[in-house]
Amino acid sequence: MNWKTFFALLARDAHVARRNFIPLLLQTFLQPMMFVFIFGRVMVSSGYMPVAYKSLLLPGIMAISMVFTGVWSVAMPLIAEFQFTREIEDRLLAPIEISWLAIEKVVFGTLQSIIAGLAVIPAAWLLLRPGVELNLRSPLSFVVVTLLVAFFSSCGGLALGCTVDQTHIGLMFSLVLTPMIFFGCTYYPWSALDHFPILQKVVLVNPLVYASEGLRGTLVPQFPHLSQLAVLVALLLFDALLLGVGLRQFRGKAVS
Amino acid sequence: MLAGIRTHDLRKVYTSPPPLASGGFVLSGRSKGKKQPEIVALDNLSLEIAPGEIFGLLGPNGAGKSTTVGILTTRVRPTNGQAWIGGHDVWAQQVAVKKIIGVVAQRPNLDFSLTAREILLFHGAYFGLDSIDRAARADALLDRFQLRDRANQMVRGFSGGMMQRLSIARAMMHDPQVLFLDEPSAGLDPQTRLLLWEIIREYNQDGKTILLTTHNMEEADALCQRLAIIDHGRKIALGTPVELKNSVPGGFLLRLRFGRHSPELLDRLQTLGGVREVRRNDDPNGENSADVYADRGGSLVSEIASLASSAAIELCDVHISEPSLENLFLHHTGRSLRE
Repeated sequence: MNWKTFFALLARDAHVARRNFIPLLLQTFLQPMMFVFIFGRVMVSSGYMPVAYKSLLLPGIMAISMVFTGVWSVAMPLIAEFQFTREIEDRLLAPIEISWLAIEKVVFGTLQSIIAGLAVIPAAWLLLRPGVELNLRSPLSFVVVTLLVAFFSSCGGLALGCTVDQTHIGLMFSLVLTPMIFFGCTYYPWSALDHFPILQKVVLVNPLVYASEGLRGTLVPQFPHLSQLAVLVALLLFDALLLGVGLRQFRGKAVS
Repeated sequence: MLAGIRTHDLRKVYTSPPPLASGGFVLSGRSKGKKQPEIVALDNLSLEIAPGEIFGLLGPNGAGKSTTVGILTTRVRPTNGQAWIGGHDVWAQQVAVKKIIGVVAQRPNLDFSLTAREILLFHGAYFGLDSIDRAARADALLDRFQLRDRANQMVRGFSGGMMQRLSIARAMMHDPQVLFLDEPSAGLDPQTRLLLWEIIREYNQDGKTILLTTHNMEEADALCQRLAIIDHGRKIALGTPVELKNSVPGGFLLRLRFGRHSPELLDRLQTLGGVREVRRNDDPNGENSADVYADRGGSLVSEIASLASSAAIELCDVHISEPSLENLFLHHTGRSLRE
């Protein structure tokens, strides 16, 4: 394994991310923060939502931020670099096995996703206070869940980025990401779907459900949430599945 | 360490249209019961390129040049056959191969998120150069390719020629033993083309192997020590530019067009002094035309004209070309390189 090359590839991505810091920041946080403001502040202050909703909402927003950032930061550059600009060719010719280039993308996407997720906590807390009650009982399980969520997000980005055609980016958002967010138990706990038994089963194929419920279980366990064990198993499975699919798609794109 | 290139019976069949990186293709028309037609891009190509050689692959678009480069640079998986660079099997030992090759693709593929200098620096870093070496080499290459004044600008706004120069500088950044240049001077102005040729020759003087593809005769003639002419994925001629030119009968080619078709006239042309071969043009639109390969050019024209007028056939058009690789290609394939 050629670590020098691997770190040089990471350094390149970090350099580009630094250069695009402001657009990256807006793209990651603007939407979730507006959501936090409207639902957590406007709706609660005006009495349409109970105060407790602030705490319930926060893990969901964190999950959306993480998944969106992980997918976006890996998929969007890959779509452009493979199809239009072919920029990736130089890195495919770097002296390293090509799957490691995909793994580098995943590592970088995971880091970005973790940063995006962690940054939501203070930002949302500032916007929502007072009334947010976080109960971090097990820091370890919080760290594990956060890592697994960030990892499946960037692996999902790899799989999508090597599958979706440039002309279908809009479809990727409307057919994949938007339904994922709305049926991802982000704005409500999974138990809120008790009245919709079929839907409640169907949404279990959505990895974002486990992200939201997992973070809810570690950050605000006072609310109903899926069992931590089920969440961990599901997240591990999604991590492995999406990494496998992503690597396969990447190799298919890189070599003709 | 000197590194040569060897390929043995390379064959590449695409079942879906090949990506742009591998250039054009040839339709074979077979489908084997599947919907997708098979596209044979390379048909058992064997080549041996010595270390330190400047070798040219010459052929029209779609001949298989870029697919050959794609296979040799690990980007295209051969359907059959093997390729070696400096003793490493290209497909089985990709990392070892990538360490010793530099590649300039047909289309610019620069990293648009970086400045010109950063592109060189990061490329050096991928290949493990330390930061002092990287900076020194990047500056030297920016100077050599006359890009110093644009070094700190993003490459998005560069002209095609500047992008091409930077692509070549990038490929040389890690000082590879083997350099692949796919259509290196496409889109360059004549002055830059000369600069590029000079740099390629200079690079070759250090014992580096260079494989370039081109459909530009002048370039092949000016740079290459040996050439392979390929068409439909097959090698149709191999040798030094001089050898290849000498292999055309007579050397001169006179392309004639008459008012009407007359086999007798073509037979009589064959008897003129210095004429080596007369071919009726197979081109469906060129019914009344013929190609005459001969030892002399202009002096034949008056004799041809008088033969034609004695047979009451008008000589409508004459085009004389001197010994060239273009003629060679035409001789072997019946097609012009630019068709």
